Amino acid sequence: MTALLGSYLPIAIFIAIALVIALALLTAPFLLAYKSPDSEKLSAYECGFNAFDDARMKFDIRFYLVSILFIIFDLEVAFLFPWAVSFGSIGWFGFWSMMVFLAVLTIGFIYEWRKGALEWD
Amino acid sequence: MGLQALFFYIFAFVAIASAFMVVASRNPVHSVLFLILTFFNAAGLFLLAGAEFLAMILLVVYVGAVAVLFLFVVMMLDIDLGRIRSGVLEYAPIGALVGVILLAELIVVLGGSFVSPQVAQNVGVPIPDFAVRSNTAALGDLLYTDYVYFFQIAGMVLLVAMIGAIVLTLQHNRSVKRQDIATQVARNPQTAVETRTVKPGQGI
Repeated sequence: MTALLGSYLPIAIFIAIALVIALALLTAPFLLAYKSPDSEKLSAYECGFNAFDDARMKFDIRFYLVSILFIIFDLEVAFLFPWAVSFGSIGWFGFWSMMVFLAVLTIGFIYEWRKGALEWD
Repeated sequence: MGLQALFFYIFAFVAIASAFMVVASRNPVHSVLFLILTFFNAAGLFLLAGAEFLAMILLVVYVGAVAVLFLFVVMMLDIDLGRIRSGVLEYAPIGALVGVILLAELIVVLGGSFVSPQVAQNVGVPIPDFAVRSNTAALGDLLYTDYVYFFQIAGMVLLVAMIGAIVLTLQHNRSVKRQDIATQVARNPQTAVETRTVKPGQGI
């Protein structure tokens, strides 16, 4: 247990150093930089003319579809990791269990491909 | 042990603080970013509890995919910040109810182990020693054989999610002309070109 956590200590040190550097770079401009703001400098710049509207516009729903499909195959890969690690001890039953799982998801993949969900337009 | 406790308190404190900021932040995009920070700290807590695989999956699936999905959902809604803030007190009773239920469950679990300390030895499949079998391997030993039905049901759920997402959101623009590479490659002079003899003065 302690050995396991000890193997993650370099990551913790790495994150701590990254945090310090990021915070230093974030706060340094506030303390050091010369500032003389005016309304023209602070306004949104859109190629010379006035900004049309808010930058927060609605996304297309197709991004959502791409994201959902990504999550599903992400989960599929997540299930593959423990299977690969304990492949030697789960035998043929474990092998075919995973093959059935992959076959079910391949049916979905074929459906998705034939429907054209992977194409943008 | 002291270092472990220190990291536990860091992770727990940052998780609670950022979870609070998810609710309190004015901008929904900031809320999602605080949610990602909460996920990171929850992964750290999992790691401290010895659930190495769960911690990594939390990072891969939740931070990598679910948080992006939440960001898309937030971006997809047409959000009026002032209107959202006005409703926050209406939902407070429901949130408080969920919090009280979770607290009661935690008290039941902790109280159970306090009343009878040997309940911890009574688990179905105890976690093997880390030196003997790693966390990921211990999960893999059980998931695909002993819990095969649940595993296959998970596959079915993923299939249903995939088909449902496609059925609900996929709409093709009919005016767009798509390439069909197979028919393009299958073209040859016989199918593509037609020769006709044209009689003078008549045309086709």
